[in-house]
Amino acid sequence: MELKVRTLASYNAAGESPEILFWVGCAGSFDDRAKKVTKAVAKILQAADVKFAVLGTEESCTGDPAKRAGNEFLFQMQAMQNIAVMNEYGVKKIVTACPHCFNTLKNEYPELGGHYDVVHHTQLIKSLLDEGRIRVEGGIFKGKKITFHDPCYLGRANGEYEAPREVLSKLDAELIEMKRCKSNGLCCGAGGAQMFKEAEPGDKEVNVERTEEALALNPKVIAVGCPFCNTMMTDGVKHAEKESEVQVLDIAEMIASAADL
Amino acid sequence: MGVENIIFIIALLAGGGLFAFNVRKIIRNIRLGKKLNRTDRQADRWKIMTRVALGQSKMVVRPVAGFLHLLVYVGFVIINLEVLEIILDGIFGTHRLFAPLLGGFYDFLIGSFEILAFLVIFAVVVFFIRRNIIYIKRFRQKELNGWPKNDANLILLIEVLLMSAFLTMNATDQILQSRGVAHYIEAGSYPVSSMLTGIFSSWSTEGLMMYERIAWWFHILGILAFLNYLPYSKHFHIILAFPNVFYSNLEAKGRISNMKAVTDEVKLMLDPSATPPEPSDEPVKFGAKDVQDLSWKSLLDSYTCTECGRCTSSCPANQTGKLLSPRAIMMKTRDRLEEVGKNIDANKGAFVDDGKSLLHDYISAEELWACTTCNACVEACPVNIDPLSIIVDLRRQLVMEESAPPAALNAMFTNVENNGAPWQFSPADRLNWADEDA
Ligand code: SF4
Ligand code: SF4
Repeated sequence: MELKVRTLASYNAAGESPEILFWVGCAGSFDDRAKKVTKAVAKILQAADVKFAVLGTEESCTGDPAKRAGNEFLFQMQAMQNIAVMNEYGVKKIVTACPHCFNTLKNEYPELGGHYDVVHHTQLIKSLLDEGRIRVEGGIFKGKKITFHDPCYLGRANGEYEAPREVLSKLDAELIEMKRCKSNGLCCGAGGAQMFKEAEPGDKEVNVERTEEALALNPKVIAVGCPFCNTMMTDGVKHAEKESEVQVLDIAEMIASAADL
Repeated sequence: MGVENIIFIIALLAGGGLFAFNVRKIIRNIRLGKKLNRTDRQADRWKIMTRVALGQSKMVVRPVAGFLHLLVYVGFVIINLEVLEIILDGIFGTHRLFAPLLGGFYDFLIGSFEILAFLVIFAVVVFFIRRNIIYIKRFRQKELNGWPKNDANLILLIEVLLMSAFLTMNATDQILQSRGVAHYIEAGSYPVSSMLTGIFSSWSTEGLMMYERIAWWFHILGILAFLNYLPYSKHFHIILAFPNVFYSNLEAKGRISNMKAVTDEVKLMLDPSATPPEPSDEPVKFGAKDVQDLSWKSLLDSYTCTECGRCTSSCPANQTGKLLSPRAIMMKTRDRLEEVGKNIDANKGAFVDDGKSLLHDYISAEELWACTTCNACVEACPVNIDPLSIIVDLRRQLVMEESAPPAALNAMFTNVENNGAPWQFSPADRLNWADEDA
């Protein structure tokens, strides 16, 4: 499928407005692994005939890592600038494949003047499937063991545990849960700006602990819904030297692949 | 009114008065914290308090401990109905004042109290074994060494003693009743203590009366003493759990507050023509260095903490051997707040700088930088304590006041500032993914 991605500026210049803004996020824009997820999301939106736009070079970091590392100044500078851009365009609805962007846009921007209806990509994909705008059959995932690692910023932080699971259930796979799942899920170790620094001294890396728990179930796929979890779990699988047997995939990639996009 | 009644009234007033005095001090300490509005959405607050504090909904997540705790909790609350009768008997010199008024229902009540008392003793014994004999990691971690561990065991001991006094008091009472001793009216049913009468049946009537009185006094004085022990103990949660849950954060857990002082400055930076905010008398601080810089809710949290360690046992940093323990964050906050309170008492109501602060002297940067902000601690806490908000407030101090984040985070900040991304990529390349091959 050939991707046709338009910016909000181009919609604006043509006097049109899109249905939804796809907030790509920094990982989704720059990280090689996450870029694949970005493309999968774009393909799904395109296949479902969703008129979507991206901000492109007008997008900037939401400020999440700065805020959680204690740099409230930098966070609010980022937030105010992003809000100014989005309000200028009259953005109403946003989808993002990053739970950190999702949480920040949804919960922290309103007080600073940015009021948008924000959804995580798994929530949007779930409604596209429900409405029949896209269809999937199991494809290569049919009958395979899959376990889902809850992103903290989608799950505990925002109480969304079901949408990703409902999407996965459409793949006719065998969905198995880790003992620590849903509200009890264990972090991958990347949140709170840990992604950008070495871990403090300890006796184990958090991502190794978490990946071991997932691998103990013998899954074929560890499904994720966050670019940082993706990195952390992928590293964990490599650490366990299981990369030839177990894949770490974002739910969007799984759906795009199962739907032959 | 006899001497005994007067002594009783004095003890009651002294015990109650001392407790009120200590509670006022604690309220004053909590008020040292920064403002935070938690009085909105009253209906939701009553609901969450009913569910989480009264209904113990988060305790049952761990079924064994949750069930045993329920026994002690229900036992404690219901048996305390008996205290009302004890107090009135003590004041008026009566004995089992409610018996003639309640008739058969009185028998039912006393019978239920006895069964509950027995269950409380059972649960407390299991708790003691769990804490001291079986190896359960959260009860063996280093922040419990010393006073916290003794505190926990002391509470268990006090509970056993109080319940034993109650049961043996009833045992002697029913023998006295059966011997037809004046004053000991026939009342009550004694499903548990009737099994203890064998111990006392050979005693003289005078001996029994003496024991019955001693047990009665021990029970009520014990309760008064226990009440006054609470403010020094993790056991204070039996009271504070209710207000603490009532004032819970009702927003999404992922939301971290936006600092108003920063908003004002950032608005000025982005638009120099904006009107600057009214200067306030308080100097603006960016983040928290000491307990006074935390919100009052964080301080209430610290007094409410039961030191159960559910937060710490679900913390990814702690599970992987990092220094961080959210329980220790709460305990250190309370310790420092108590110290600040004593400082204020010693200095006629004003805090005098003691050269110490919560950050660095109690909580180290290493602990703070280990947090992934995953909210597992907040989710796990049975009384809705939020250790994460303290961690973030202290991090803000480290970054915005002391400019002391880890070097890698400084680099990340620079990237966000210059490139609009936490990595060193050019903002011009943001859309490159759309043209690259899949
Ligand atoms: S939010 Fe921080 S302190 Fe709390 S459980 Fe997660 S890593 Fe531990
Ligand atoms: S903060 Fe909550 S979970 Fe942690 S020790 Fe205190 S009461 Fe227990």
